[in-house]
Amino acid sequence: MATILSVDDSASMRQMVSFTLKGAGHTVVEAVDGVDALNKAKAQKFDCVVTDVNMPNKDGIALIKDLRALPAYKFTPLLMLTTESGTDKKQLGKAAGATGWIVKPFNPDQLLKTIKKVIG
Amino acid sequence: MSIDMAQFHQVFFEESFEGLDAMETGLLNLDEGDIDAINTIFRAAHSIKGGSGTFGFTSVSDFTHVMETLLDEMRDGSRPVTQSAVDVLLGSVDCLREMLTAIRDQQNLDTESVAAHQQALQREFESGGSVSPRSDDTGVEGNAVAEQASEVEGWRIAFSPHTDLLRTGNDPVRMFRELAELGDIEATVDFQGVPDIHDLDPEECHLSWQLSVNGDIPRAEIDEIFAWVEDECDLAIQASLGGVTEHNEAPQATQNETGDRFSAPRQVQAPVKTGTNDSTKPADSSPAKPKDAKKEASKSTQKGSSSIRVDTAKIDTLINMVGELVITQSMLSLIGEHFEVNKLDQLKNGLSQLERHTRELQESVMNIRMLPISFVFSRFPRLVHDLSAKLGKKIELKLVGEQTEVDKTVVELLSDPLVHLVRNSLDHGIEMPEERRAAGKPEIGTVVLEAYHRGGNIVIEVVDDGRGLDKDKLRAKAIEKGLIEEDAILNDKQTYELIFMPGFSTAAQLTDVSGRGVGMDVVRKNIQALGGNIELVSELGKGSTISIHLPLTLAILDGQSVAVGEERFIVPLGSIVESMNIGEDRVNSVAGKGETFRLRNEYLPIVRMHEIFNVESARATQLSEGLLVVVEGQGVKCGLFVDDLLGQQQVVIKSLEANYRRIEGVSGATILGDGSVALILDIPGLVRLSNQ
Repeated sequence: MATILSVDDSASMRQMVSFTLKGAGHTVVEAVDGVDALNKAKAQKFDCVVTDVNMPNKDGIALIKDLRALPAYKFTPLLMLTTESGTDKKQLGKAAGATGWIVKPFNPDQLLKTIKKVIG
Repeated sequence: MSIDMAQFHQVFFEESFEGLDAMETGLLNLDEGDIDAINTIFRAAHSIKGGSGTFGFTSVSDFTHVMETLLDEMRDGSRPVTQSAVDVLLGSVDCLREMLTAIRDQQNLDTESVAAHQQALQREFESGGSVSPRSDDTGVEGNAVAEQASEVEGWRIAFSPHTDLLRTGNDPVRMFRELAELGDIEATVDFQGVPDIHDLDPEECHLSWQLSVNGDIPRAEIDEIFAWVEDECDLAIQASLGGVTEHNEAPQATQNETGDRFSAPRQVQAPVKTGTNDSTKPADSSPAKPKDAKKEASKSTQKGSSSIRVDTAKIDTLINMVGELVITQSMLSLIGEHFEVNKLDQLKNGLSQLERHTRELQESVMNIRMLPISFVFSRFPRLVHDLSAKLGKKIELKLVGEQTEVDKTVVELLSDPLVHLVRNSLDHGIEMPEERRAAGKPEIGTVVLEAYHRGGNIVIEVVDDGRGLDKDKLRAKAIEKGLIEEDAILNDKQTYELIFMPGFSTAAQLTDVSGRGVGMDVVRKNIQALGGNIELVSELGKGSTISIHLPLTLAILDGQSVAVGEERFIVPLGSIVESMNIGEDRVNSVAGKGETFRLRNEYLPIVRMHEIFNVESARATQLSEGLLVVVEGQGVKCGLFVDDLLGQQQVVIKSLEANYRRIEGVSGATILGDGSVALILDIPGLVRLSNQ
């Protein structure tokens, strides 16, 4: 099973994502924003990162850009959580090096399905 | 996988309400064109929308959708920040608050009001900005290609990734594996693009594939697999009809031998060996129905459950302290097991360590209940914004020391008195703009709300630069109301004290802002109920300052214990002015008014504790035999006559009312080290008692 970093400034979202992933047997570490996430990602290698886009301090897109620049995260799946109205955000995210996205609102099954897709 | 989403609801509500507060604060600051504020507001709206969508509160997510779009346009500059937009958004914040509260408490929602707000938002949306509302683009996402022909027996896919596909963390192998889960697949690889070994960058992708997947597969599922890489590859998807398709052999498939040898292995093998259909079907992804989610919500939300969010650092300290305590305990028990007299020093050390750790532990535990006073202050910008508009005044509110921490109970009980004081400042204190101009003051009045720690207390001040209090008018008014005698001599402090008297109001006419039947006397009573006091200082024409002093916590008190016979009483340390021996010569007995004694230029009533509390064992009955503890409460001093002063100590307050009944002159009780109960004196109450 994989070690996943879940990044969201909303505690309820974080709880839900991590509860879901832990339920499927993954190890989950939570981060509250991009700065926190980057620090945690430098300290420990994750198999996958799931990040919200809109966050204070460092948003998800800047985080993805920074992570992708790290040798350890060159090919790591980096997924962003976006809302349906964030089409332009998806493009920005892709340009920053995001692997893909999960559209909010999502349910636990959709999340697991997407994670399964990248953790092979 | 079924997950009870209701378990996340409480956190969702908590953070949504916090988000709404942040939005409100941000909106009130928007006048200054603060881009950070817009970002914060947008994020809060965005989170509430995302969360409510996920947790099944569709009415909330629909409502926030328009707000979010509006804010997004403000954020990227395509829509100006107008006052009308801010007002509509503020209204929406109120509306959302009501919606969320209704959902949380399972109350009925005023749907008409919600609809009205929604329309107001929509109107605002349509009035400015450049884009028309995106009604609902969820549909565009996956169903765009709905041209699914039912007779499709498979798909032919030409897939040639761009060289940097791998750099986004996508991997063709994974995609092929996904494809294979849909049906039998066959793949042909094209090595044509693979460069010479010397030029080969292993991080680049040079292969391309011809794939065919057979089965009655909806096009959408194929699209989904390639959705993330759409822009990183050349992709052609064709339906193949009538059986297995002929796939074109890639013409120069093996031409480049280096490619064959060096870059093929993993990429090629994986897809080719696939093709079984027994792998798990994609999980059934029927989303949880909103109706169910609501039902779950009703099960789990308890009304009025109060929780507190604690900084993890505080919890770490606590755990650390408990650890220390355990170590000390084991050290002491070791000494106790084989105790010898020569270990006495060790024992003493251990005990003092225990004392220190207990105190630190106590402090850390109290700390958990501490909240920054911003929890109270945060409602004031809105209040001032709305009120100043209503009164036609220009007022700037400054908040200072918002991070000052106070006990949660204090925070909760402080709110109403403060609202009253700020309202008063706005209504009676700050003048109308023209009046201020005439007085040579800036048009914009300032109200400062400040909190800071002093000693074991928190001080909260409401300072305004308004017209101040007119002492002569106060006096005249008090005489008119019969509160004081016409010839009464009052110093400044005593004059200002008048406004705290019941039935006193200086407002020429009551306005609907502050004339709500709640006087300053009630405010004072509420503050005193919290163990604090309130003072006012004012200068005519310059402004007024009201200070509230409160204990940091309502659970623990710094006390001076005094002895009256066998009984112990606790006098709150903060109310003690001084203690002294007095002789009979300084005492006057006034018939019917008890005894007073002269302290410098004041005459203070003497409260004989053993008489008030009926202590028969009292040692000192003559004034010269005991001590007089001078205390001050409500700006009035008196002398408590006691046998002796004992130590100062922190006492844990237990409510007498809850366990017994209310007693005049006593604010609570505590349990002393020897297990006996001591009463904690309520000084203002005692002063009242002594005046009767």
